[in-house]
Amino acid sequence: MNFDMGAYGAYIWPAYAISALALTGATVWTVTAWRAARKKLAALEQKK
Amino acid sequence: MNWLFRYANPHNFMRLSGAVLPFTAIATAICLAAGLYFSFSVPPDYQQGTTITMLFIHVPADVVAELAYGAIAVCSLLSLVWRHPLSDTAARAAAPFGALFTALGLITGALWGKPMWGTYWVWDARLTSFLLLLFLYLGYMALWNAIEDETRAARAAAILALVSAINLPIIKFSVDWWSTLHQGETIMAGKLAPVYLPPFLLMMAGYTLLFLTLWMIRIRTAIVERRARNLMVSA
Repeated sequence: MNFDMGAYGAYIWPAYAISALALTGATVWTVTAWRAARKKLAALEQKK
Repeated sequence: MNWLFRYANPHNFMRLSGAVLPFTAIATAICLAAGLYFSFSVPPDYQQGTTITMLFIHVPADVVAELAYGAIAVCSLLSLVWRHPLSDTAARAAAPFGALFTALGLITGALWGKPMWGTYWVWDARLTSFLLLLFLYLGYMALWNAIEDETRAARAAAILALVSAINLPIIKFSVDWWSTLHQGETIMAGKLAPVYLPPFLLMMAGYTLLFLTLWMIRIRTAIVERRARNLMVSA
């Protein structure tokens, strides 16, 4: 593997970092919302 | 169309997506990990140098952004013609991810454009029509949130999505119809050197699978939230 991007590293690494952050953030947000919704439904069903 | 309604039933969707999700999640992780490995194992391009690595994150983001809007348009058509409630849920669930991939396409494109074109942005047909796609996503989501009655909101959003889907072929053919700074068709035209195909295809598969995985989870979340709302109303 070659991580030496030369002078272009100033553009390449931010692009990869932003993509990784955004996609990780979207995954965490989606899974957290799913777990919260399931927890809420379970609590309501138990109350019933 | 009967098969579609059988699987588009919320109960069947929960069952089917629950079985499929582990596989799409694992396939996403494998494709992205392998794609990243190969992305940094290819030689620099003879013209673009090491910036060729931008291809592996920029093009998949763009393609998935358009794919997501296409999916919204298809779901909207199903909703308007057959009034299937899961179509609305699916269309709405895809929008935030589509907007995210559009934003990523714009940002990575700007960061690729600066070293190659000497500028982050130019108002050419491809870039402008792609920026319009981001505004369409934002408008679509805003419309859903602006109308309190969910049935009316779904219908208005579906009409917006269907009408504005005309932007998708405009984005695709903008580089052929107008003189643009953005390069013309490369991959489908077979102009990409074969050495770059494995990382490109792996990242393409990874991005697409990630979108499908997140989309399915989001639809499942919306179905569960609706069940919870109904329980609260009936209590």
